[in-house]
Amino acid sequence: MDTLIAWVSRAIPFGTIIMYGALGEILTQKSGNLNLGVPGIMYLGGFAGFASAYLYENTAANPNTVFCIVLALCCAFAASVIGGMIYSFLTITLRANQNVTGLALTTFGMGVANFFGVYILDGRTATQTMIYKAFQTRVPVLSGLGIPGQLLFGYGFMVYAAIALAIVLHIFLNRTRSGLNLRAVGENPATADAAGINVTRYKYLATCIGAGISGLGGLYYVLDYNQGIWATTGQIEALGWLAVALVIFTTWKPLSAIWGSYLFGVLYWLYQFLPALLGFSVPGYVTDLIQMVPYVVTIAVLIITSLRKKREDQPPASLGLAYFREER
Amino acid sequence: MSQINTAVHEPLLRVVKRSESTMKQKVLVRAAAILLALIVDALFIFFITGLNPIAVYTTMFQGTFSTAMRFSWALRDLASLLLIGVALAPAFKMRFWNTGAEGQVLVGALATAAVMVYYGGKVPNWLLYSAMLIASILAGALWGFIPAWFKAHFNTNETLFTLMMNYVAIQIVACFVNIWRGQASGLGKLNMKSKAGWFPQFFGQRYNINLLVVVLLVVLMYCYLRYSKQGYEIAVVGESENTARYAGINVGKVIIRTMIISGALCGLTGFLIVGGRDQTISTGTAGGNGFTAIIVAWLSKFNTFTMALISFLLIFLDKGAMEIASAYALNDFASDIIAGIILFFILGSEFFINYKLIVRGIHKEVR
Repeated sequence: MDTLIAWVSRAIPFGTIIMYGALGEILTQKSGNLNLGVPGIMYLGGFAGFASAYLYENTAANPNTVFCIVLALCCAFAASVIGGMIYSFLTITLRANQNVTGLALTTFGMGVANFFGVYILDGRTATQTMIYKAFQTRVPVLSGLGIPGQLLFGYGFMVYAAIALAIVLHIFLNRTRSGLNLRAVGENPATADAAGINVTRYKYLATCIGAGISGLGGLYYVLDYNQGIWATTGQIEALGWLAVALVIFTTWKPLSAIWGSYLFGVLYWLYQFLPALLGFSVPGYVTDLIQMVPYVVTIAVLIITSLRKKREDQPPASLGLAYFREER
Repeated sequence: MSQINTAVHEPLLRVVKRSESTMKQKVLVRAAAILLALIVDALFIFFITGLNPIAVYTTMFQGTFSTAMRFSWALRDLASLLLIGVALAPAFKMRFWNTGAEGQVLVGALATAAVMVYYGGKVPNWLLYSAMLIASILAGALWGFIPAWFKAHFNTNETLFTLMMNYVAIQIVACFVNIWRGQASGLGKLNMKSKAGWFPQFFGQRYNINLLVVVLLVVLMYCYLRYSKQGYEIAVVGESENTARYAGINVGKVIIRTMIISGALCGLTGFLIVGGRDQTISTGTAGGNGFTAIIVAWLSKFNTFTMALISFLLIFLDKGAMEIASAYALNDFASDIIAGIILFFILGSEFFINYKLIVRGIHKEVR
């Protein structure tokens, strides 16, 4: 039982990282832009959030926790939006190929974060900011209510913000006029254009805001999940690709991202908790194999959705294609 | 045109598709893009580190060209990147987004390593080399075949499928490395004592064989894509699947066949990396080259000779950044930033090759 609780309370924070990444990418892809720069954007967001909190903490005479949190969130969002803007300018205005631009952005974002990260590390292998304690503050009172309290309320505020964001995104995409317009742009930009929708503006806004949301995943990883520790690793890159996988897994539905991301978290930690739960130990090499389960599940979902051909489960029809009004 | 018509509101800038751009234009636009990128990079270097950009660029140059050994190392790494680029060329020309080169290289490398581990020293050398070669090609082909089969039959999105296959491959490699290393902390070189399965020295270096293969494949792939019937079919499918269908081309068959070729060549690259360069395997054997090669293949518009140039540029940047890192106590992530900026500019410059801008009132080309 304890193992099960530990498993779930490990899976939910893990899921939250990729939920942010996936929510941002859903918004982006709904506009028809397949942004493979998510890992790079998460690096940018994670680093900007960490660096701003770290510098503020070490320079301000009397660091204010709330201000520090807001500062980190704003910086992470802004840095990620800049990443999104580079991508948007190249793919929307200059009509560069989306896949290649996304991959270049991943290289670039990873480079920027790790390059400047080394300056902050200043010779050490890892540095920590104390703000993570604020990020990890559990819901007061409720988290003390036994096991359900621990499972439901034992996390930092960004876990709940992610759920709220998924619901808002769902309402935006399915219940508002702008959301309908955005989906039209992603399905058939020429028709949307003819209907008087400003295709370029929708694509820009969706991609940049989407990037900002994805970047928050990086921030959550560094400042909460990883206990405010910055170290030069390739970890965020793998998380970014997992977020892209989650977008497919949810078949572009923000609400499914909530349970989907937690399921990914459960699958990710499968290797550590399942053997303990069943009461036997597995050798290290089997662990490696169990770790590929999330990816195999994603492939299975990809195949099943293409087999069933249900219209509402398909990717946006113009996903990955640049739009040029005078090209028919 | 009458006076009345010209009164129609004309936007300040408008974009017109170029009917055709000459070779000179293409080269000029790309050269301008790289030059601009280098200027932006220089500004970045100057404002962040306060170093003299010219001096930094000179140091960078030395990363590849200062000694014969360095140049040889650069060629060694060029071979790996270019091979993957060549492998991706047919798939990309078909507009099949094979983002799974990393995984295809890894399974090829794994198959090679497995043959080395289990048969090294037990069978004659010629048999061992052939077995390594065949195993790697089959493994890579299989990794390319799976997503292609689903694409051909159910139109399953290949970009995301192949991307996920990378991680499946990485975990399988991690599993085997774990088994083979046993209690040791790392795997080390395979067959260290017997050197079974290691490529023989060729002009002083084992990896010179890789260079030979890459030169051969660059020429072969160029001819395959340009002069063969299959290459033509690939081009037609890439331009329009419907046209291909009207012309009586079996699109599914072309997709599967092309991806088997692409995957097999990636697998072959894994064989060359393990046998000729590393003599060992890890999850980092492909080292991100599978992703970089996508950029190489796309930017070169599937021309394998252009690929060689772009691969060289990227390897040069990488080596240069490492040199800067040691000379100026920076870190070599600078190469990712510099390469990223250059890629952004080259990607953006494609626009000026395909389109031209017309400014209101001035009826001549701006660029």
